[in-house]
Amino acid sequence: MLVEQIAVFLENKSGRLAEITAILAENDTNIRALSVADTADFGILRLIVNDVEKARTILQEAGFTVGKTNVLAVEVVDKTGGLATVLKSLHNAGINVEYMYAFVNKSGGNAVLIFRFEKMDEAIDVLQKDGFTLLSGEQVCAL
Amino acid sequence: MYWEQEKECLPRPQLEKLQLERLKNTLARVGTTVPFYRNTFSKLKIGAGKVKSLDDLRRLPFTTKQDLRDNYPYGLFAIPLRDVVRIHSSSGTTGMATVVGYSRNDIINWSNLVARILCGAGVTADDMIQIAFGYGLFTGGFGLHYGAERLGASVIPISAGNTKRQIQIMQDFKTTALVCTPSYALKMADVMMDMGINPNGLSLRFGLFGAEPWSEAMRTEIDARLGIRASDNYGLSEIMGPGVAGECQECNGLHVNEDHFLIEVLDPDNLEPVAPGEVGELVITTLTKEAFPVIRYRTRDLTRLLPEPCPCGRTFVRIHRMMGRSDDMLIIKGVNVFPTQIEAILFEIEGTEPHYRLIVERENNEDKLTVMVEVVESIFFDAMKKQRAFMDMIKKKMASELGIGVNVKLVEERTLDRFDGKGDRVIDKRQL
Repeated sequence: MLVEQIAVFLENKSGRLAEITAILAENDTNIRALSVADTADFGILRLIVNDVEKARTILQEAGFTVGKTNVLAVEVVDKTGGLATVLKSLHNAGINVEYMYAFVNKSGGNAVLIFRFEKMDEAIDVLQKDGFTLLSGEQVCAL
Repeated sequence: MYWEQEKECLPRPQLEKLQLERLKNTLARVGTTVPFYRNTFSKLKIGAGKVKSLDDLRRLPFTTKQDLRDNYPYGLFAIPLRDVVRIHSSSGTTGMATVVGYSRNDIINWSNLVARILCGAGVTADDMIQIAFGYGLFTGGFGLHYGAERLGASVIPISAGNTKRQIQIMQDFKTTALVCTPSYALKMADVMMDMGINPNGLSLRFGLFGAEPWSEAMRTEIDARLGIRASDNYGLSEIMGPGVAGECQECNGLHVNEDHFLIEVLDPDNLEPVAPGEVGELVITTLTKEAFPVIRYRTRDLTRLLPEPCPCGRTFVRIHRMMGRSDDMLIIKGVNVFPTQIEAILFEIEGTEPHYRLIVERENNEDKLTVMVEVVESIFFDAMKKQRAFMDMIKKKMASELGIGVNVKLVEERTLDRFDGKGDRVIDKRQL
């Protein structure tokens, strides 16, 4: 049920994001989803890619600090209120979201929500109990 | 103005005779009561009996800060603890801190020597002295406090911090003499301007500054902006604290209280004396200290002798204001900071040799230390909240270990240049 995500530490310097995406492109690594959290000084780039280990290695070799984390991918119908129902279910169960981001899968008409929770196991239980669809890493990349 | 004229103006031959007598006395005491000295003296086959002239000082072993650390806390004390009436200490945890002690006589001497410095700078029993040095383990606050009381002046023991309140009290209590670091005096001038207070309307006449390096340009600025006479004084806790040396009203070098301290200026590399008037490391031997005597303490402070007689009439030799360090110690907001302390904290957190850089700046007359840390995987988090909490944790640890607040800036791996020397890890941008 868990999806692997890589995170990259970035100083707020111009061109760093361009550099990372170029490195991934050169190595035939496809980015399925990404998000950036930033402060005035630095940012944290999070990526879901088709080949996690390869992406991690090439970025490390290029000198970046790369971390690997597990996240959850929840598939919802791409229509009004899709995200709200998921968040309501989590809120009712008292589960806090550490961070989240989303992307829309145009062909399937669905949206995919990427979540990181402090209590991943509890979140999985709650989401499954409430009938949400959790995607595996392969499924996310196959979209 | 003299506090103890007959001593401060003692003819050199008599002074040197007194120094030799006191040196032998000190050597005899440490040679029997302090194992560290007993062992080194016996290894070098030297002792009080073999010292015939002040030149023989050069045959004695040095004492370093590391020796003080190795003997933490009480290993170098020369008297039983029950006779120690005061303890002071440098910041830092075990292994980094140094601890010093004072007997009742030491406190009396210390107070007297600080009274000399105050008196030499022009302060009298009629003055109202505001002591804005921190009171506590740091010797600055209590050292000046006891000296000012000994002088008979009125003391405002306000301690460090809260600048607006300092200025309010300075105005209301009619402070005439200010004791703090020179950069803090300029900071006060800035805040006075913000508060709409004209320094010329205050009663302030004297400023006694120390605990950090400064320059003639800073003196001119302080004098002009606060409308006072700023004088420099020097001391270090390992020797006693403030009271080792201070400027007379000529404001042209600091007279060393030579009847209590024997000084040498040595080449820090070969530890041989430099030519008179050349810059070298100040090495001090205490002559009267009971609880914590030190022999040839390497201060790591660079200065030079000003051998010409001073028009003020004191026979005590003058040294130039401190000109730098022969090691990598930084003085930030008057607090001594070693890069190795910061390295040790980062090592503890990261579990591996940290890559870091220290940037020291002076913004609005206030020192600012920024620690740049390369983010390795063990200290990198995918959640921003955790990454920020981690930065706060580093800041807190540094503040509690160093005694000053620091800024932490996280940078990407391998972006800081690799250097071999530790000194290269510091970029000091301060222009004094």
